Amino acid sequence: MQLLQQIINGILLGGILAFVAVAFTLTIGMLNFLNFTIPALFMLAGMVTWALSTAGPHFLGLGWHWLPSVMVGIGVAVLASLLIERFTYRYMKARFGDATEHALPLVSSLGFLIVFEHGASALWSSDPQRFELPFKNTNLEWGGLIFGIPHLVSLFLAIGLVVLLKAVLERTRLGRALRAIAENPNASSLMGVEVQRIVPLVYVIAGMLSAFAGILYAFSYGTVTPFMGDAIATDAIAAMVLGGLGNIWGAIAGGLVVGLVKVLAISTFGAEIEKIPVWGLLLLILIVRPTGLFGQTQLGKGKF
Amino acid sequence: MSGYLSGLLAMLSINVVVAYAVFMPASAGLLNLGVAGFVLLGAYTAGALTSLGDWSLAPALLAGAATAGLIAFLISFAILRTRGIYMVLATFAFAEVVAGVLLNIPSLGGAAGLSVMAYAGLPVVVPCAAAVVLLMVWLMRTRFGLAVRALHDDESVANLFGVNLRLTQVVAFTIGGAIGGLGGGLLVHQFNFIDVQSTGVLFSIYVLLYVLMGGTQTVWGPLFGAVFFTLVPEGLRKLSELDPSLKFLEGGRYMVFGLAVVLLMMWRPQGVITRTLMEALLPGRSARRTT
Repeated sequence: MQLLQQIINGILLGGILAFVAVAFTLTIGMLNFLNFTIPALFMLAGMVTWALSTAGPHFLGLGWHWLPSVMVGIGVAVLASLLIERFTYRYMKARFGDATEHALPLVSSLGFLIVFEHGASALWSSDPQRFELPFKNTNLEWGGLIFGIPHLVSLFLAIGLVVLLKAVLERTRLGRALRAIAENPNASSLMGVEVQRIVPLVYVIAGMLSAFAGILYAFSYGTVTPFMGDAIATDAIAAMVLGGLGNIWGAIAGGLVVGLVKVLAISTFGAEIEKIPVWGLLLLILIVRPTGLFGQTQLGKGKF
Repeated sequence: MSGYLSGLLAMLSINVVVAYAVFMPASAGLLNLGVAGFVLLGAYTAGALTSLGDWSLAPALLAGAATAGLIAFLISFAILRTRGIYMVLATFAFAEVVAGVLLNIPSLGGAAGLSVMAYAGLPVVVPCAAAVVLLMVWLMRTRFGLAVRALHDDESVANLFGVNLRLTQVVAFTIGGAIGGLGGGLLVHQFNFIDVQSTGVLFSIYVLLYVLMGGTQTVWGPLFGAVFFTLVPEGLRKLSELDPSLKFLEGGRYMVFGLAVVLLMMWRPQGVITRTLMEALLPGRSARRTT
């Protein structure tokens, strides 16, 4: 029973990781860009939701109902993501011709990460804030096992979104345009794809995914901090690599695997061991089999 | 010199050393987002030798640098198999593995961190930083430096002209690792303490950002980046103490650094210090030779 509960906890943690991992893998698959602003968007949505729904002397402490707070939180994260698009993807083509050039948007996104995290700590202080939950009980008990509702929602929402995303990518005109951009932005621009109009959409989706994950995380743990995205994002990057860069089903599977490995390693060997299995495996995968555990990726293949 | 100024100068020196640990591979076109791994290796080796092994400071610092350099050499063959974003991720993963292993060695303090008695004050830290800068200036003027710059600008053309790609990159990565180890040794003995948490992902991110901010085209870029990163946030903090209405500057002092990075990537993605800038500043034969 104990073990079964641990496995369930691992899968549920994996549900939130999968969400963030899909956001990472989407930007990397489409735009060939490791988007480090995802932890910032995750944090921003969580903190704005907390600030709005908790009455108090802090900035935006309006004491709203949780539902509009969540919607504003997601909206803020999406707007921030669009702002980021202006400064990262738009300038990707600023060629100055050397080997570190491919890192340009990555570096800008790291800059944004610092801006948002320190901006949030200037507004709301860097201390962890207690999030008074709008619900009495966020756990579901069934047969002696405990399920966190936000985690369950996250897992099913992530799977549902990926099914939707896959359908859009494979069936629609928009999806074809997106796949063309992933293959070669210049060529698709020549073939009449409006690259500058479609790319912001990828940022909107990534922003929404990170925002959902951040709010669900805040609901399930009951605290928010300006740096709450960092640890989740590192685990989500591990999940993305495990699934193969650009492979959205791989990101879900990777999220579940990382969640399971983490929880099981911690419960068996203690909290200090957790980095070794996850990151050791990851380093090995990157070197030996950079397409990840789940085979050839569909998006952005053959780019490196 | 007041305690405040000497503390600032020591921090600046260490930041300069660590900057060159990232610059060396970056100048050969290799981005390292895991410099914290090498810093930790050097710090724990040197710290363990002075605190547990009764070594004196200088040999311990050298041993720290040598250990980090050796590990960098060994993993460089594996890491250099990867390219682009995969390489950024591999170095990132490497730093996490180092942190994970160090956390699980109880004799080195584990999660509580390692405390050391030996102290590296300004008379140690500043000459070390100066030596690293001079070494890099010299190195970039040698044939090896020329090869590194050629790789940085165009890998395939450099290869075509007979630059040994693999050898140059392995050497650059190894030297970078050793300098990172030296920086770690200085760090642990300056603060008499190191732990895995404070030298983590964020540390690697900051160093990579200020090096790219300074620019990787010339040897002076990282120096600029380290000075900016050390002095500007500190200046803002000082400013915020002057008047209560400027209090917001204290919380936002690293925001300025982040904004500077974002804006720089838009308008001057090659970094503040470029070859053309150095030529304009230092006309003449020596300037041409270093470009």
